[in-house]
Amino acid sequence: MSSARDRREVIVETRNLSMHFGGVRAVDQVDFTLFDKELRCLIGPNGAGKSTFFKCLTGQLSPTFGEVIIRGDDTTRAETHEIAGLGVGIKTQVPNVFDGLTVDENIWLSARRWHKAKRARTLTAETIERLKLGDIRREVVGRLAHGQRQWVELGMVVAAEPWLVLLDEPAAGMTHEETARTAELIKEINTEAALIVVEHDMQFIRMISQQVTVFHEGQILMEDTMEAISNDKRAREVYLGHRA
Amino acid sequence: MNGNNTLRQMRPVLVFAFIGVVFMFVAPYVLQLFTIINLTTAIALAVLALSLALVWGYGGILCFGQVAFFGLGAYAYTIAAINFGGSTWAILVAIMVASAFAALLGYFVFFGRVSDVYLGVITLTVTLIFFSLIRRTSGPEYKIGNALMGGFNGITSPPLNLPWDTSSFLFPEHVFYVAMAALILCYVFCGWLVTTHFGRVCVGIRENELRAELLGYDSRLYKLGIFTVSAGIAAIGGVLFCNGVGRITPDVFNLYNAALTIIWVIVGGRGTLIGPIAATFGLFYLTSALGGQSVLNNNLVLGVILIFFVLLVPKGVAPTLTDWFTKRRKPRRANRRRRRSQVNKA
Amino acid sequence: MDLVVAVLFQLVYGIANLALISLGLAIIFGMMRVINLAHGEFLMLGGYTVVVATNAGVNIWIAMLILAPLVVGIIGVIVERLLIRWLYGRMVDTLLATWGLSLLLIGLVTSIFGASTATTISPPLGIIRLGDYSASGYELFLIGVTIVLFIAVFATLKMTKLGLVARGTMQNPEMSSALGVSTTQVYMVTFGLGAAVTGLAGGLLAPVTGVLPTIGATYIAKAFITVISGGASILAGTAAGSILLGGINGIFAFITGPTIGEVALLVAAIILLRLMPRGITGRFFRKSL
Repeated sequence: MSSARDRREVIVETRNLSMHFGGVRAVDQVDFTLFDKELRCLIGPNGAGKSTFFKCLTGQLSPTFGEVIIRGDDTTRAETHEIAGLGVGIKTQVPNVFDGLTVDENIWLSARRWHKAKRARTLTAETIERLKLGDIRREVVGRLAHGQRQWVELGMVVAAEPWLVLLDEPAAGMTHEETARTAELIKEINTEAALIVVEHDMQFIRMISQQVTVFHEGQILMEDTMEAISNDKRAREVYLGHRA
Repeated sequence: MNGNNTLRQMRPVLVFAFIGVVFMFVAPYVLQLFTIINLTTAIALAVLALSLALVWGYGGILCFGQVAFFGLGAYAYTIAAINFGGSTWAILVAIMVASAFAALLGYFVFFGRVSDVYLGVITLTVTLIFFSLIRRTSGPEYKIGNALMGGFNGITSPPLNLPWDTSSFLFPEHVFYVAMAALILCYVFCGWLVTTHFGRVCVGIRENELRAELLGYDSRLYKLGIFTVSAGIAAIGGVLFCNGVGRITPDVFNLYNAALTIIWVIVGGRGTLIGPIAATFGLFYLTSALGGQSVLNNNLVLGVILIFFVLLVPKGVAPTLTDWFTKRRKPRRANRRRRRSQVNKA
Repeated sequence: MDLVVAVLFQLVYGIANLALISLGLAIIFGMMRVINLAHGEFLMLGGYTVVVATNAGVNIWIAMLILAPLVVGIIGVIVERLLIRWLYGRMVDTLLATWGLSLLLIGLVTSIFGASTATTISPPLGIIRLGDYSASGYELFLIGVTIVLFIAVFATLKMTKLGLVARGTMQNPEMSSALGVSTTQVYMVTFGLGAAVTGLAGGLLAPVTGVLPTIGATYIAKAFITVISGGASILAGTAAGSILLGGINGIFAFITGPTIGEVALLVAAIILLRLMPRGITGRFFRKSL
């Protein structure tokens, strides 16, 4: 199994990645590897450093030291737009959408970043179709419900046709049905792109998971399948134990 | 909505532009020359308001010193026209100088990622420094080429001439045509710009800068772009202004004028281009009417207007009216749609 | 030697002057994140208070040191109650509303006192000799007052209950509300105090600059860039901003004259912001007051 994975291209790699806030080591010397077309979930209790790690990957934070390499490019101190410009789709924890614009315009702005006007238009229509946003396409996003706004943001990620997708808590605040649809969508995205998904919701992770990385106190505690992690004593102690 | 038909999106802009063209040709026949000359000044100010409506209303950039680019344009035009002995290249110089200065200032503030409140204060400060700087240039040693800076008395602006014909100057009624044409062209240009990819990205950045960055747009460059363009438009206003008034003084950079520009856009509404233009004409006539009496001070009236709008009509007149109309129309449209779907089912 | 002393004195006076006109603005900005665009008009009102009071026969020291801060402080509290409190958390709207206030105050004072200079007051205290050079005793006094004022604000923030509560509220409004501290009252008092310090500065400067309804505009450009360059820490920020910008202004003014001095000050501030967008104390001395 592992030898088969090794033959695949490494597309995200962090070496010794560390982010310190004053005396707090939010992320502490993390070595992390993601292969092409892989779907990886990051879990861990609150304050384990997974969101900080995520922000270091997306350029929202500049790490104290260490390196981030995305498909051969050193992106350690890159600006967010430079990382996105590589073809990386990003969804943040708090929905970041263009509140004053319509659903259509939101998605068009994403598609148009990569394509000429005509292709952008058809891609927007396709994305809206694919995410079933047709009924609300002319609505102003700021007036939509939380779950719908999350979907608009996912739509923007999809419309950019990324080869690497970084999602921070994509299912937060969604209904059961919406969560299930999101899991479907993530699997669909995974046929074209590699994903890193930061998540709290265990059920959601079970729906999508292949490999899971457990964060604890700023470091990687272990990496394995969800099943193995559920049965691991240490992991249960630091994370699953908290929930029980 | 997806940029499929620029013409259709620009329909309201073109309607207003058409009204402007009609006004341009009718006004000189109905109005007295004195009114026409006054109007020219108001038109120049409307171009300034338009430039701020673009950069603030669409770009979301809080520029409290738009009047600096306006004044810079007026000074650059005047100095260049005196030195060149003609206005044709001077107009270009005015636009270039203001845009270049905006690009330089914008580089520091946008690439420093200065927050919007700081940006407002910095641009205002720049304006006030221009004011005190140029006021002190009254000695004979302060001259650029043949143009004496003149301190607080300012400089007499050479009138516009026909392109590349420095001997045929335009008369005030002709300057009116030029000003009106310039306003209409700038308005259509801005109206077109906001429908382009560039313009929509700017609006996106106004709505959520992080999201724009996450989509891979370098927000700093877009902000710098719209800031520079709007400074160039403000400079066109400045050129028209010093032609309408006949001279340019440092008072153009004072706190009152900086505030006035902001008030036009607040009253007219952010996120619309015609609103601030209309508000400029309205307030221009209000303040000239108030100038004739001494009970109510202009500052006092403008202060009250500004506070009133910020507290009670924060969106401004034009968007509030539009909201009101769409709210009234929406139920009717929804009814129609419901009826239609019932028919379909049947 | 005497020249050096005289130049140094002017430099220190320039820095103190900058600190004096900025401190009230910094208090309000640092504690409430409100940039008061009517700051210049608060200074102007302090000046008018002194002029009106001395014309009515009040001793000039009482007028400057007691009446000016008192009157402007009260005006500040009224302004906070009527205007600012509706706009907390809306920084841009607060900025615009205080700009409206600035215009309104200019208009009001012009309507009452006229547009030209009210009676001028000559600075009290005579000339002090520094060898061959003479310095104004009043300028020396202003340097002293600025230092005392900084110490007083430091003591208030550090040692009084009000200061503690105020610092707590500024850092976490919800937490303080939960502890039973009335956030509204803290904001009101803070704004009033900031206004009072500004009024004091305006009163003290009235004999030096004279008073005009529009005199605020000459102060605010400098006060704004000092506070923004300094960053959010009230005392450390204002001190750092004043020393850096006042120093640059003074040196350039000495070499090339006052006009270039002011431009140099602005250019320095803009370059500084490119490097440190949150001001000096956003980068250094972050934990200071």
